Amino acid sequence: MKIYKLVLIELWHRKSQLITALLAITLGIGVIVGIRSVAVVSEKAVAVNLDNLGANIMVLPLAASVDNYYSADIDAPTFPEDYVERIATSTLAGVDNMSPKLTRKIKIGETNIVLTGIIPKNELASKPIWQTAGLTGKELQTTCGANPINQSFGYKDEKLQRKAIDSIATDECLIGSNISKKLKLKEKNIVTIQGKNFKVAKVLPETGTVDDDRIFAHLHTVQALLGINGQISAIEIMGCCNAISDGLLSKLRNILPDTKITTINQIVATQIKTNQLMNKISVIFLIIVLFVGGISIGNSIWANVNERKKEIGTLRMIGFTKGKIYEILLLKAAILGIIGGILGYLVGTLSGVVLGPQLAGLNIEPIPIYLPWSILISLFISLCGSLIPAYLAGKIEPYKIMQEA
Amino acid sequence: MIIETKELTKNYHHKDGLVVAIKNINLNFEQGDFVTITGPSGSGKTTLLLLLAGLIRPTSGRITFKGYDLHSASDNKLANIRSKHIGFIMQNFSLIPYLSVLNNVLIPLSLNQNGENTKSDYAVHLLESIGLKDRMNHLPKELSAGQQQRVAIARALVNKPNLILADEPTGNLDPALAIEILEVLKQINIENKITIIMVTHSPTASEYGNVRVHIKDGSIII
Ligand SMILES: Nc1ncnc2c1ncn2[C@@H]1O[C@H](COP(=O)(O)OP(=O)(O)OP(=O)(O)O)[C@@H](O)[C@H]1O
Ligand SMILES: [Mg+2]
Repeated sequence: MKIYKLVLIELWHRKSQLITALLAITLGIGVIVGIRSVAVVSEKAVAVNLDNLGANIMVLPLAASVDNYYSADIDAPTFPEDYVERIATSTLAGVDNMSPKLTRKIKIGETNIVLTGIIPKNELASKPIWQTAGLTGKELQTTCGANPINQSFGYKDEKLQRKAIDSIATDECLIGSNISKKLKLKEKNIVTIQGKNFKVAKVLPETGTVDDDRIFAHLHTVQALLGINGQISAIEIMGCCNAISDGLLSKLRNILPDTKITTINQIVATQIKTNQLMNKISVIFLIIVLFVGGISIGNSIWANVNERKKEIGTLRMIGFTKGKIYEILLLKAAILGIIGGILGYLVGTLSGVVLGPQLAGLNIEPIPIYLPWSILISLFISLCGSLIPAYLAGKIEPYKIMQEA
Repeated sequence: MIIETKELTKNYHHKDGLVVAIKNINLNFEQGDFVTITGPSGSGKTTLLLLLAGLIRPTSGRITFKGYDLHSASDNKLANIRSKHIGFIMQNFSLIPYLSVLNNVLIPLSLNQNGENTKSDYAVHLLESIGLKDRMNHLPKELSAGQQQRVAIARALVNKPNLILADEPTGNLDPALAIEILEVLKQINIENKITIIMVTHSPTASEYGNVRVHIKDGSIII
């Protein structure tokens, strides 16, 4: 008969009390793990998205936000495709590349996908009007290099950037790696989107971004399919940074008055702010959990001590020292803490994985390193909360039970 | 000599004044004695037993058990002495409700690590000798009062003590069961030479003692 066995049997004997003892700490740890999982993924998503964007200026409809663009809501606002030509013909210096896009969230069977219409590079290059504007399409980086100043504007090394799509036929599509997995599609398969058959020209390599959940098709095909002819939801522009500091943005605003034009830097700044807020929230939560979880476990250990006064008296009588009584109660608290940590991690991770895609449009991956952290924090909390009850249990006088016979 | 007291006195401080529970008691018992302590309610019987067990400290005087000075030993030392040398049998059986009969008997062994297996066999042997081997996986509440008290006796014996302290061990049992328990104690006393000090109200029970102590108002009368 070892001490730990006594503790385990007692724990099992009163298993219904486990639920109340663990509720606060499990939920608390769960919320922290949930928030952190989302934050980590969204931080990563922002970073990777920007690395891959290959653009540093976004032209969006006046009423839209970047979130609208990424989440591709059904009624997200649009603006005319002609704007692309307006920019091209304006001969503004510093516009190195443009990529008009139309995005909409649709369903194929039960799977949510983001359908994105694009104009392939060869068409951009072949448009005479764009060639006169100096855009051959062959050399994407014409006026800017990946020097430090440009990098600070989101103008990263081209090797890291999303490869421009060279060509695409009107009945072809390119699919993201997640879509390929979910719909079990391979190259040369046929997929039916909104009643039209497309041939899968390519499965794009995994990028860890929203692109993985996208299907790319020719802009004009997508427009026709969705019944939004001549409209686009965004233009991604690669602008030379020197030109940006020379006021490229306000020049663009002059020729495209009813649009919102932002730099990726601004977008990044907002995202970083959101993430900082999330971090702050999780710190505040951690403190709340420290208190509430500690008090709640301490409280249940205290109730347990009161219920077991007679037993503790008996143990002291037959020769258990105060130290052994502390050991019994703190071991119990430690087991509760460990269970609470594991459950909290599971609750947090599971709700992140299940709710993440629905609420934030992010694919949340479990973060295994949070498991030992959850356990450690929960263990610490429940031991701290149980110190006072254990100390008081040591004060129970063994003779009391003899006199109360 | 196994246990001896000199001028042992215990006062309780109560808000209504001082209660003198034990007054200048001098006792000494030999290994193998079966001592019965009788006396009216409130005369100090339980208090005396608690003092002998080192569960409370005397106000003045000395208690020596197997050469240890109980009146001056530390709390941990006292706990240690109890776990190694003293077995307890209480009127209310004081079993651990959520542990099986066998685990209840094994509980004192959790305090000394070595030789657990042989001692665990010994626990089963003890349960067998009191006729409860087939009940060893039951919970205390599934046993009758007499059976529960026998489990408590087995628990008191598992560490092979020199001394068993019993406070009205038959107080909650009907006369026939009481005789059964007393016979078990007598057998332990004779076969294993274990000293038994038993507080009792019942004249029949006090007959079992070869040393009989009667106390009144905290003093020994005979
Ligand atoms: N913790 C205590 N505080 C104050 N007085 C106490 C305390 N414990 C016992 N007493 C008093 O000490 C006296 C002796 O009590 P004790 O319990 O030893 O009597 P007893 O002989 O065992 O009685 P009973 O036969 O009823 O069990 C009583 O007057 C009792 O009220
Ligand atoms: Mg008494």
